[in-house]
Amino acid sequence: MLTKKIVMSAALALSTLSLLAVSTDSFALSAEEQKGLDISLEAKKRDLGWQDSTADMLMLLRNKQGQESIREIKMKSLEVLNDGDKSLTIFNKPRDVKGTAFLSFSHPVDADDQWLFLPALKRVKRISSRNKSGPFMGSEFAFEDLSSFEVEKYTYKYLGVDELNGMTNFKVEQYPVDENSGYTRRIVWIDTTEYRIHKIDFYDRKDSLLKTLTFSDYKQYLAKHWRADNQEMINHQNGKSTELKWSDYNFKTGLSDSDFNRNSLKRAR
Amino acid sequence: MYLSLSKPFTSELSTISLTHSLLKKAKLSVTATAVGASLLLSSFTPTSAVANEVEFEASGNVSLEQRYFFEEALYPEQLSHSQTSLSVEPELYWQWNDGSDSVIFTPFYRVDSHDKQRTHGDIRELAYIHASDDWELRLGIRKEFWGVTEFQHLVDVINQTDGVEDFDGEDKLGQQMVNLSVVNDWGIVDVFLLPGFRERTYAGVEGRLRGPLVVDEDNVSYESSAGQQHLDVALRWAHSVGDFDLGAYWFHGTNREAYLSPTSENTLQQSSLQQYYSQMDQLGVDVQATLGDWLWKFEGIHRRTSLEDFWASQAGFEYSFIGVFDSNLDLGLLMEHSWDSRGEVELGAQGSLMQNDLFLGARLAFNDMQSSELLMGIGSDLDHNAFSFMIEASRRFGDNFIASFDVRLLQSNELNDLLYTLSNDDHAQLSVAWYF
Repeated sequence: MLTKKIVMSAALALSTLSLLAVSTDSFALSAEEQKGLDISLEAKKRDLGWQDSTADMLMLLRNKQGQESIREIKMKSLEVLNDGDKSLTIFNKPRDVKGTAFLSFSHPVDADDQWLFLPALKRVKRISSRNKSGPFMGSEFAFEDLSSFEVEKYTYKYLGVDELNGMTNFKVEQYPVDENSGYTRRIVWIDTTEYRIHKIDFYDRKDSLLKTLTFSDYKQYLAKHWRADNQEMINHQNGKSTELKWSDYNFKTGLSDSDFNRNSLKRAR
Repeated sequence: MYLSLSKPFTSELSTISLTHSLLKKAKLSVTATAVGASLLLSSFTPTSAVANEVEFEASGNVSLEQRYFFEEALYPEQLSHSQTSLSVEPELYWQWNDGSDSVIFTPFYRVDSHDKQRTHGDIRELAYIHASDDWELRLGIRKEFWGVTEFQHLVDVINQTDGVEDFDGEDKLGQQMVNLSVVNDWGIVDVFLLPGFRERTYAGVEGRLRGPLVVDEDNVSYESSAGQQHLDVALRWAHSVGDFDLGAYWFHGTNREAYLSPTSENTLQQSSLQQYYSQMDQLGVDVQATLGDWLWKFEGIHRRTSLEDFWASQAGFEYSFIGVFDSNLDLGLLMEHSWDSRGEVELGAQGSLMQNDLFLGARLAFNDMQSSELLMGIGSDLDHNAFSFMIEASRRFGDNFIASFDVRLLQSNELNDLLYTLSNDDHAQLSVAWYF
């Protein structure tokens, strides 16, 4: 694990040609590891160039008794080449957190930079990004499940092909590089035609199956970028589930760096 | 020794208040909005009819609060045990030009069962904001927070404290301002022009959580001949460099802290405290280093008034344990130390209560659907035997209600300490807030 990490970061340091260079430089990988990595590189490559996006997210939290609770969230994201993406998350519901906003500069390997705006005090607070494994807003999604996908965040192992919902999928095992991750591994189903993720199994630190995330209602934007309108996370260990419903996806809206700083965090709506 | 911990993700009811200067304030805000309106009209660019569509949003909260003081009052006019109050804080918001222009209006009002000074209103915000790519202009009544520490907000200087609201000092009165904020590669620079000063609010005769003498709201004097109309200015720079968040500022204007002295005219029983607001120059610095699970924090000020010259600091750390006991619980541990170059002061003399005080805190977040949270804090004066303790539990009920339960205990054996005069004021407080 540790050696892989070193190999990965060495490969990254060497590569000046960004993502694609990783595959050529990653000499130490076995055939399965190389194929697993290549699939994620291809998936990332196919989605490059979205520049920026905005979307509304509705989160439905359900406990074992079927009681529901709603979170209403707006997301703005900015694609950053050669680094992780920037995002602004704005809370609208529950009402007591309305106006709370969260700014994140993600980095492929280094810790993300994160700030929280607390509207009651008008306070911007830099927070520790170590908390990846903790639940997001009391849901079954952990912070790391919602952060932007960067190829360098995992090491890979190709497991084979598998039929899912009438589609042929690559089945790839992904191992988080960050030791603060709540998972030992994820198994990801990616379809062989469009390279979209359809299902993820999450294994906890004791390597037992913790959660399953399924993606549905994929839509294509700008004839290129696929986004699922529905994501459902089921926690097998506590019987709770969280459903994400996305709407109002917009791409290339003209957002820039200036929409992702302390000032824009304070007035985010 | 006032304890306060800010709670991420739960919105503290930002209650606040003040009545007597409302009229004056209204006048000022009219000027502010007039300036704002003219600016706003000029910024209307009739290029896109859709973008110019005005979006309106109303939200806010209503909160019912019940306090119970465990002991009888120390001073005869004070309320005995039970204090009830109700507060309302709606927020009205308009935006157009895709959010580049906006107006926010947040009035506040509290009704208190006993303390007449606590029954009061305030305009927390009535401001117009124009945002461009790399600069922002904010006009009107606003709140501006500076700082990184939790137990004392030393560098936070723009807004006056609404002291009657709560004794943690976190509630602030709206401040009239013209604020230009410019974003540069080397940091954000904020220029503030602050016309119109707000006097601090204090507990009234019937109120608890006060010393033996009541602060007289009508006996106020100023060093500046302009009095309340003095134009204060501030300049601040803030920047994030890697793991460090840095801020530095200079403030020139009316001291937000009044020098309080007993009125001489009335040497009989009914003596009260008069307020004197000096002019001050203050330099402030705040630094936070976010290193993995550790947050290291420092705030320091140097203040010069015609009466004194001193340094003060608040420094400490916050450490987070993620997922303690193999659960979803997060535990944050905090420690901070306060220092003031003026050292220990006599009760009633000018100086800081936090001259050499140590604070310990723990924050337990359950990360459940109800956002349950537990906060605990202990403050102790290292120069003499005085301490304060607080515990605060909160939880969401349904989608729109937050209930919180607080207990605060204050103790001192030192007659000189403010806490001694408050030592009968240990209390529990239950509040239920409805958010809409």
